[in-house]
Amino acid sequence: MNIINLIIKREYLTRVRKKSFIIMTIIGPILMAGIMIVPIWLSMQKTEKQEIQVIDESYLFKDLIPQKDFIDFDYPDISFVKAQETFYNSGYDAILFIPDNILEGGKTIKLFYKNQLSVSIEEYIGSTISKMMYNVLLAKNKVDVNTIRDAEVNSRFNVITEKLEETGKSKKTNTGLFMAIGIGGGVLIYMFIFLFGVQVMRGVMEEKTSRIVEVMLSSVKPFHLMMGKIIGIALVGLTQFLLWVFLTIALYSVASVTVLKNIDINQVQQKAEVLKVGADLNYMQMKNIEKPNVITAVWNDFKSIDIFTIFVCFLFYFLAGYLLYAAMFAAIGSAVDNETDTQQFMLPITIPLIFSFVIAQNVIQDPTSSMAFWFSIIPFTSPVIMMVRLPFGVPAWELALSMLLLIIGFIFTTWIAAKVYRTGILMYGKKISWKEIGKWLFYKA
Amino acid sequence: MNILSAKNIVKSYASHTALVDISLEIPRQSIFGLLGPNGAGKTTLIRIINQITRPDNGDLYFDGEKLSPKHIHQIGYLPEERGLYKKMEVGEQAIYLAQLKGMSKNDAKIKLKYWFEKFEIDAWWNKKVEELSKGMQQKIQFVVTVIHEPKLLILDEPFSGFDPINANLIKNEILQLKKQGATILFSTHNMGSVEELCDNIALINKSKKILDGSVANIRKQFKSNIFEIEFSGNMMGFTNSLWTYGKLVDHTIDGELFKAQVQLSAGTKSNQLLEAVLPVVEIHSFKEMVPSMNDIFITKVNEVSNNK
Repeated sequence: MNIINLIIKREYLTRVRKKSFIIMTIIGPILMAGIMIVPIWLSMQKTEKQEIQVIDESYLFKDLIPQKDFIDFDYPDISFVKAQETFYNSGYDAILFIPDNILEGGKTIKLFYKNQLSVSIEEYIGSTISKMMYNVLLAKNKVDVNTIRDAEVNSRFNVITEKLEETGKSKKTNTGLFMAIGIGGGVLIYMFIFLFGVQVMRGVMEEKTSRIVEVMLSSVKPFHLMMGKIIGIALVGLTQFLLWVFLTIALYSVASVTVLKNIDINQVQQKAEVLKVGADLNYMQMKNIEKPNVITAVWNDFKSIDIFTIFVCFLFYFLAGYLLYAAMFAAIGSAVDNETDTQQFMLPITIPLIFSFVIAQNVIQDPTSSMAFWFSIIPFTSPVIMMVRLPFGVPAWELALSMLLLIIGFIFTTWIAAKVYRTGILMYGKKISWKEIGKWLFYKA
Repeated sequence: MNILSAKNIVKSYASHTALVDISLEIPRQSIFGLLGPNGAGKTTLIRIINQITRPDNGDLYFDGEKLSPKHIHQIGYLPEERGLYKKMEVGEQAIYLAQLKGMSKNDAKIKLKYWFEKFEIDAWWNKKVEELSKGMQQKIQFVVTVIHEPKLLILDEPFSGFDPINANLIKNEILQLKKQGATILFSTHNMGSVEELCDNIALINKSKKILDGSVANIRKQFKSNIFEIEFSGNMMGFTNSLWTYGKLVDHTIDGELFKAQVQLSAGTKSNQLLEAVLPVVEIHSFKEMVPSMNDIFITKVNEVSNNK
């Protein structure tokens, strides 16, 4: 036991002290926090007020396009040609040209600019004018705007999904959030198995090609050497993951009290909404449906999920899935002499993993299908697929069966891999085939 | 008592047999040479002694006890194809390897310091292995092999990769370790070093042991009673004077000087031969031709392959 601890310690320390590990540990959370913070921060940036010169040949919009704090419209009484000629001497940022036949449909309005306009300006102008035209067209055809409006408002509804428990209690669910958690967890497990499985393989190959392995084997059993490496690298992965979680949370909270200090989250959402649909046009205001703040809603849904169970299961599938594959990666590393030879052996082993990633898309659509059931039970695909299913709720017996099979699975692959490993690690200069590896399984130690 | 005895070791792989009924006795505090052409089975035997592979049949005894994993700490092994973790620092790695042999971290540090100073490599303690020259790495490998003061040292081609100065340094260390009580099992193709160092040898060819015993005895056993006489004078007279004492097997002429190899007839003493030729020619030198280990090696190995 003492020996295997020594091996684990070496495998762990040499990796954790590597520059690449430290860089990855720092960059990961910055990226993740960035993904959360940057969009909010960007949307809060005050854009400079844009002065738009409107040349409206249809005479439908004069003085009617609503002004915003980031956009100003001016309606000078000049021709389009004149406006174009004087554009660079004027203080305007853009010319908005509306042709006279705009109502005939399928026409274009033009926006000329000096410096590239922001997407939000374009969107605002496009959607606002479209809405205005909609109303004009209704009026022109003598359709009562209020009728349409009522129909639109009254036909809106929210879908609320609730899980009805056997006890008769129901629980509000948020399918979108479940999908996000499921896919997120599945992807993380997939990446972890791949990244660190390959590290195990490289580590074994390094020992073999540098010929340290024979010295090592005169002191330790091959199985201990292999397991020491696998466990050591698992701890590296766990360390990296936990550091990421911790640093991301830390960065995010630091950012929210500094960068985002003055930001009212409601305001952010309102602004985003306004930009998107130009919805607060005064004279075409629709009745607002009462809507809870999206972020608080998500947070409430989040709390409704049994987050503790999911986290514990995540750690389990994270580690057990890794162990299942890591032993096989170690066996490959022991069988080959160089990196290029690994390809032919890696493919068959990674196929179940890639496959599970592919079918995850289907499973998420229907987490209770028989496909979802079977692939979340079979050890080779269960780490990813079960993770995808978990947020939607999985019966306890299925979870228990899946976990049990996964444990049996990794004991089995480790047992097989150990047989390949102890022969392969001392085999040099031989082109290895699957048949050859098959024979090794039956060698006596 | 012998430090290691192997009894009737058999090992076969799927496609070939590596060892057939090999028995060895390695006396304590001696240097034992394990010889044989490439692919004879030496490495397999060494791996079996190191418990890296298990024999199909046969028993091994270490210091009188049946060989078991607890003896790992009393054996030091320097493989022929040897390496170190390239990205690891020298000192850290040496401590790690010493710990795997059962030493405490502190003991390892103290001992390593001693050896590193002795080999003048202490300046490299914090360097990564990949920054070192091959010879430097070999020194470190030697140090970590002997650091835990093993009772049995197994050295596979220990001198390969060393320049003559460092090879000599290692040779002296081996003799020194023997003096301190260690037994050395030593596998090599370098017959010169066998004659110089080994007390006993075993010759393995094609999975079988074909010769073993003390170096002195083996050489005596392979003596063919040939004497070389260097002389000036009349070659014809010399040949005639041999009479029944011996038979000329070979001769060379170097200007005025003749070199004749004469095989003594059975029952003839070397002095009688000398007396016979003394009156005829002028003797410059007279010596017995003892076969070198190299000759014995080649003779024995060829003998086996010719018999097949």
